[in-house]
Amino acid sequence: MNIHEYQAKALFEKFGVPAPKGAAAKSAAEFDAALASLPEGATMVKSQIHAGGRGKGTFTNGFKGGVKFCPTKAEAREKAAAMLGNTLVTVQTGPAGRKVQTVYFTAASDIKKEYYLAILLDRVTSRPVIVASTEGGVEIEKVAHDTPEKIHKVIVDPAFGLADFQVRELIFALGFAGAEAKNAARLIRNLYAMFWETDAAMVEVNPLITTPTGEVLALDAKVSFDDNALFRHPEIVALRDLNEEDPKEIEAAKANLSYIALDGNIACLVNGAGLAMSTMDIIKYFGGSPANFLDVGGGASKEQVVAAFKIILGDPNVKGIFVNIFGGIMDCNVIALGIVEAVKEVGLKLPLVVRLEGNNVIAGKATLAQSGLALVSGDTMADAAQKIVQLVA
Amino acid sequence: MSILISPDTKIIVQGITGAFGAKHAQLSLDYGTKVVAGVTPGKGGQFFEHNGAKVPIYNSVADAAKATGATVSVIFVPPPFAGDAILECVDANLDLAVAITEGIPIKDMVRVKRAMAGSKTRLVGPNCPGIVTPGTGKDSSGGCRIGIAPGYIHKKGHVGVVSRSGTLTYEAVFQLTSKGIGQSTSVGIGGDPVNGTSHLDVIKLFNADPDTHAIILIGEIGGNAEVEAARWIKANCKKPVAGFIAGATAPAGRRMGHAGAIVGGAEDTAAAKIAVFKECGIEVAVTPSDMADALLRSAKAKGVTLS
Repeated sequence: MNIHEYQAKALFEKFGVPAPKGAAAKSAAEFDAALASLPEGATMVKSQIHAGGRGKGTFTNGFKGGVKFCPTKAEAREKAAAMLGNTLVTVQTGPAGRKVQTVYFTAASDIKKEYYLAILLDRVTSRPVIVASTEGGVEIEKVAHDTPEKIHKVIVDPAFGLADFQVRELIFALGFAGAEAKNAARLIRNLYAMFWETDAAMVEVNPLITTPTGEVLALDAKVSFDDNALFRHPEIVALRDLNEEDPKEIEAAKANLSYIALDGNIACLVNGAGLAMSTMDIIKYFGGSPANFLDVGGGASKEQVVAAFKIILGDPNVKGIFVNIFGGIMDCNVIALGIVEAVKEVGLKLPLVVRLEGNNVIAGKATLAQSGLALVSGDTMADAAQKIVQLVA
Repeated sequence: MSILISPDTKIIVQGITGAFGAKHAQLSLDYGTKVVAGVTPGKGGQFFEHNGAKVPIYNSVADAAKATGATVSVIFVPPPFAGDAILECVDANLDLAVAITEGIPIKDMVRVKRAMAGSKTRLVGPNCPGIVTPGTGKDSSGGCRIGIAPGYIHKKGHVGVVSRSGTLTYEAVFQLTSKGIGQSTSVGIGGDPVNGTSHLDVIKLFNADPDTHAIILIGEIGGNAEVEAARWIKANCKKPVAGFIAGATAPAGRRMGHAGAIVGGAEDTAAAKIAVFKECGIEVAVTPSDMADALLRSAKAKGVTLS
């Protein structure tokens, strides 16, 4: 689960991770109060969406830049008005962009130098890793590729936690001394505590900055959480912004389905994550384009299949449907009955190819055959994929 | 022979009185697997009964292991308690714990894995379909089935299958069996980013097993486990190996169902992993329907006959 920068900064404050003073506004009526809480002078205005590249983004109304430096509060108010309620397109949003529903004002900082700091899971060691670099404010993937020697990593032993010597290692690697060193050490310790205690999946500060007065501040904040651990963090769940999620994905989650919208035109309904991914792949392999990832799970009910059909048919781009089920334990007839019921309920004008295999497959195929539905059967996954691609082309 | 488990292996089922655990304990009993004990704290002294089998239930894994001599446990415990259930197996000195549970917090698994370091217990999973060593009876019954895989699609033979995904494992096994090719053992290592046994761990076991003559290695986007296994195969494994990677069309940064199936960088894409497979002499299945055929191509090239 992702959260907004302003929410992440509130968590930073709670855990003692210093950041420039800021205030969020969800409507123009809130601008004055938000700005009044900040010191006089230069102010940053930052669009709050769950996507990177905001600064270089463009609004669909032509306004350039989702993050603006404003010398005065009056100008900040003006820029915020141009952002709020409008749609921002960045390299990460796709062409549709995201509507800005919150703006975040922060006191502009005097930047001495920019750094990079992040904490995430290292999959090789199965332990948390702290990644730091003297190259901040730029794309870290590019730094890692071009100058890997400028990326410093510390792997944390979960039995002991972040050790002092490891904090020192990072401080020396980043070249901090004096007051900066002390402040950076405290920030790193507190950021790690936040990562660990909130079950974060990733905490990224880019840039981390120093100021001429020796402060070390988190200028930006990108935080995401482990979905599996949300059950023990109601305070984090409360930060969820459904405006940032695809309505079809929200609907799917309610029905306990794993669904991800893509931009193709062949909808897939599959059991199992691995098979669902490879169903998308095989559609592409035979020249088609998948409209979604959809895993109905290992024990799908008739109701879930109906819900799944409604969700995929809710996508106006869909021109055909591919149902690919390998029923190991799952009864193929349950899936077949679900398909028949779903089609009765929602109507079906699109080509439908069904590949059923596994447990009770004969009964399942009989159910489909007797239903009188205009569907096409596929024997293997490859056979079925070719058929749906041809029908949609 | 087989790896990890054999038809004689005695199994404990943790969470045997829950709906999910009970259903699969029944299916394993039907398959002929030696399910000798169940564990549900607070229900010790009761019995799990199915088709004439009467499986004693214990309050702890240690009690169950001591009373029955079981060396392996399968875990169907809900996510918030599953980490604890795994550590209970370590404490009882079991050889193997197979965690089926999906949705365990990553932090719990980070801590569990650290706590397991140096112990004799191997963990397979979590979020996995389990392990099957097929038997010689009807529909491969008489074998050892741990977890949730369909037993009947298997056939006793000499191909080892390892995968992160349940349904893709079944797909591969079904293709093999349909062609009359049997399996030594099929292992699902699970779709989570932190798991107990890696692709490489299983490949090493298959390589050392004289009864495994060829291997299917199924992976997906995210992490570098498949790459690590492929490089080892290139250097150490003479047996025919076929590989498949799922997720070529997955958009970067999105988790595709499995918690671990996410493209983080250029190295963990399907294309990058497939390139490494080819470089390491692994015959790549172009689609999931091609997995058994890919293995046959590899076997033919190496002069190995599969049955």
